[in-house]
Amino acid sequence: MTETTEMTVRRSVRVPCEPAKAFALFTERMADFWPRDHSIGDSPQAAVVVEPHVGGRWYERGEDGVECRWGRVVEWAPPHRLVLTWQITAEWRYDPDFETLVELHFTPEPDGGCLVTLAHRHLERFGDRADAMYEVFDSAGGWAGTMTAFTRVAG
Amino acid sequence: MVTADVVLDALGDASRRLILEHLAEQESPVGVLAARMPISRPAVSQHLRVLKDARLVSEHVAGTRRIYRVDPAGLRALRDYLDGFWGIVLHRFADLAEETHAASAGRDEPGPHPTEGNPS
Repeated sequence: MTETTEMTVRRSVRVPCEPAKAFALFTERMADFWPRDHSIGDSPQAAVVVEPHVGGRWYERGEDGVECRWGRVVEWAPPHRLVLTWQITAEWRYDPDFETLVELHFTPEPDGGCLVTLAHRHLERFGDRADAMYEVFDSAGGWAGTMTAFTRVAG
Repeated sequence: MVTADVVLDALGDASRRLILEHLAEQESPVGVLAARMPISRPAVSQHLRVLKDARLVSEHVAGTRRIYRVDPAGLRALRDYLDGFWGIVLHRFADLAEETHAASAGRDEPGPHPTEGNPS
């Protein structure tokens, strides 16, 4: 009856730096590339932190100093692999009982750069929260509002 | 194949969103839905058809009644959003990596251009 197959989104991008540098940039400067409108705090996002160890917290800090959890570090294996839990529901709220996985691989390329691949796994778990899922379409600040930008930029 | 546009159109109506909210709480036949809504039963049926086309609700037959419920296939719309979302995140990350690389290289040698992953 219910869909039990694992649902995953995969994306990849090539960058000119080697894995170690890419890994460091990704984990240390996340606020610099995170889309600003995808923040779960009340005030504008000031920082995004990935604590560099297994069990470390993944969170954002608003300009008001308030921290909002996103998830935690499941695997910390620089320079090649990073696994984080994504515990933000479809309505952009942290829920300690909700867990999906974001896996990152940094694979060296012959030209000295690297290929960054991202897999967001276990999306089927959003299905257990169908009611919350619809709120996202309904809110002005939700994903619906930025869909045009998504399709334009991410094609 | 249900596109995000179809899903958004389906959700772009307050009555349909209300129907979805009811169904998310509890699967129901059309009569029960109509009793809880300020619109006629035929109108509810019409909205249900739009929601079904968008794969947001599905129906099954129980005895003589058709029961409607939230369709997990609607998850695909969510997946599409996340696909676009991570595409943007990685795209922006690649831009940052390009800038940093160019700055630290100190030369005019351009690095490889970032390419998008395959949008499956």
